[in-house]
Amino acid sequence: MTTLACDGTFEGWLTAVFEIYEYRFTDVEFSSEGVSANMFSTARQVTTDLRKAERVKKGLKQRLSQQGYQQLYHTFFSEIENAEQQMWLFAQYVFASKINVEGDQRNPVVWNILKAAQMVRRESHRMKAFVRFQLTKDQIYYAVVEPDCDVLTLIAKHFSDRYADQRWLIYDAKRKYGIYYDLNSVSVVEMTFNESSGGVEIWDEKELFFQKLWQRYFGSVNIKARKNMKLHLQHMPKRYWRHLTEKKMGL
Amino acid sequence: MLLSERVMEKLEILADAAKYDVSCASGQSKRENKNKGIGNSSGFGICHAYTEDGRCVSLLKILLTNQCIFDCAYCVSRKSNDIKRAAFTVEEVVDITISFYRRNYIEGLFLSSGIFSNPDYTMERLVRIAKKLRKEENFNGYIHLKAIPGASDELIREAGLYADRLSVNVEMPTEQSLKLLAPDKNHQDVIRPMTFLKEEIAGRKEEKKIIKKAPLFAPAGQSTQMVIGATKETDLEILAMTDYFYGKMNLRRVYYSGYVPISTDNRLPALGTPVPIIRENRLYQADWLLRFYGFKVTELVGWDQPDLDLDIDPKLAWALRNPEQFPVDINTADLEMIKRIPGIGVKSAQRIVQSRRYRRLQPEHLQPMGIAYNRAKYFLAFSTPFSLHKDLTQEQIKQQILKLQQSKYEKNFSSQITLF
Repeated sequence: MTTLACDGTFEGWLTAVFEIYEYRFTDVEFSSEGVSANMFSTARQVTTDLRKAERVKKGLKQRLSQQGYQQLYHTFFSEIENAEQQMWLFAQYVFASKINVEGDQRNPVVWNILKAAQMVRRESHRMKAFVRFQLTKDQIYYAVVEPDCDVLTLIAKHFSDRYADQRWLIYDAKRKYGIYYDLNSVSVVEMTFNESSGGVEIWDEKELFFQKLWQRYFGSVNIKARKNMKLHLQHMPKRYWRHLTEKKMGL
Repeated sequence: MLLSERVMEKLEILADAAKYDVSCASGQSKRENKNKGIGNSSGFGICHAYTEDGRCVSLLKILLTNQCIFDCAYCVSRKSNDIKRAAFTVEEVVDITISFYRRNYIEGLFLSSGIFSNPDYTMERLVRIAKKLRKEENFNGYIHLKAIPGASDELIREAGLYADRLSVNVEMPTEQSLKLLAPDKNHQDVIRPMTFLKEEIAGRKEEKKIIKKAPLFAPAGQSTQMVIGATKETDLEILAMTDYFYGKMNLRRVYYSGYVPISTDNRLPALGTPVPIIRENRLYQADWLLRFYGFKVTELVGWDQPDLDLDIDPKLAWALRNPEQFPVDINTADLEMIKRIPGIGVKSAQRIVQSRRYRRLQPEHLQPMGIAYNRAKYFLAFSTPFSLHKDLTQEQIKQQILKLQQSKYEKNFSSQITLF
């Protein structure tokens, strides 16, 4: 058995797939915690090689629909257990079959990818909805999120298309990095941000007013005679409330 | 700060008055952000929040003013109602919309209004706000404007150039009810601007096919709303109107708003009467069956049975009334028939058709595919499991399925039926 470890990028995983075929490894296992050889397996640290990655990508795209390829790509960000291994099992099935396999949903190898991709898509969609910007004194729209999956890179384009004329920063407090748009392009910024730091003085003078206004609006559109907390919670699970302006206490 | 306090108060009044309009769609319109403006509509709506009643908040939904010269009994803003009145200025609406949008609170603006002085005067203000957003603020988010009945064609046409969607609310499903509750109005007032918009939208679409650069005109089409449960209409009458709107008026959506008692007027259900939420839900289910499942109104309701069942959904009801159509073999049936099986939705039906190409589907494959198997199993032609059920009567199937579902509104059933 061969245990493979990649550098945590999608290209790294693609490179690993290339090398499995290149060196004719059979019985491989992807490891998320680096490589440690033991008496039953050989370990291999994969060095990302964009040329190899590109070839695997091309092969996958030839055998899958655009949507099918997207599903595989999205699975990479799902943080499900053994994501890389699941993706490999899927890729193996793709390369072994003469026909496009993505419709074979009752095969667990396909179904697991489909489910993971669905989870990532749902979480990206949630983030498009639940990001709440606050305007700082230096005119940066700033938001903190804690998504279930690692979706920031997947939603960057949505936000740069939409807010093309304002500088913004979305920070993932769980994974300790953010994406920043400087009016030209989006870049990934590594930072540790202490939430307790930054008092009132860092916000634009009208920021608090708009937050209050939004809260008042949110309260007024509710129809009490139709109260349905179950549905409310289903759509807005409590774990997201921390960063939602309309759910903030004591503004 | 005093000024901002007043804006807050106004927003509270004018959002409260607008909340009975249920449309919240923010998709179906592609408006790309070119030249670095603000906003980009990709064609998919986003619900940014949900209120405690479980309804989605995607647009800043407000009235420009709740001053109104009309006295429609079902409306909170009616002239004779003793409530606080307020009006926004054009600048205030633009400012709040942009500030909310920039903070990612909303997808855009849904602007309606009470009628002050006359329809043209009101419509002109609505158009001015939309124009300012598009032209001065370079805003590409979603705009839904009310087409005020009685406003001139020129103003409504101009509105279509800036808005993504326009709507005229028919409010009451039949002319008699409208006459009863809104003596100042008649259906013609609503149908006229609707017809005008229908033709205008169709014409502009043709034009755009030839001239690519022709401006967008209400790309998300038009919609309407009916208040249900305020008057005596049957579901047959309501769905017949729906069918007319979809078939003849090319509306994108018909909304149903369960009447929330807001008045002591004896022409209306008394205060405290429960909102007919289940009935509203059944109408939406029927609406979906008409638009996505290939059903006809006459298959769902008829003269002998003018109302939808409250205790079971209309698709299940149809299946139980038409036992000769079942069981269906999902390994061979066509997509349209699979969509008609209770417990199977459009997506699952498509999945079935896609995955049966790879291997024969068995009962155990269905649940993981997102099918409500406990419901569907009574209608499926798998050799073994179906034989377990085939001697059940329709009533027994209904009871078994009812046992599976629990509704928090069950206690409301009786009071809804005895409304009148």
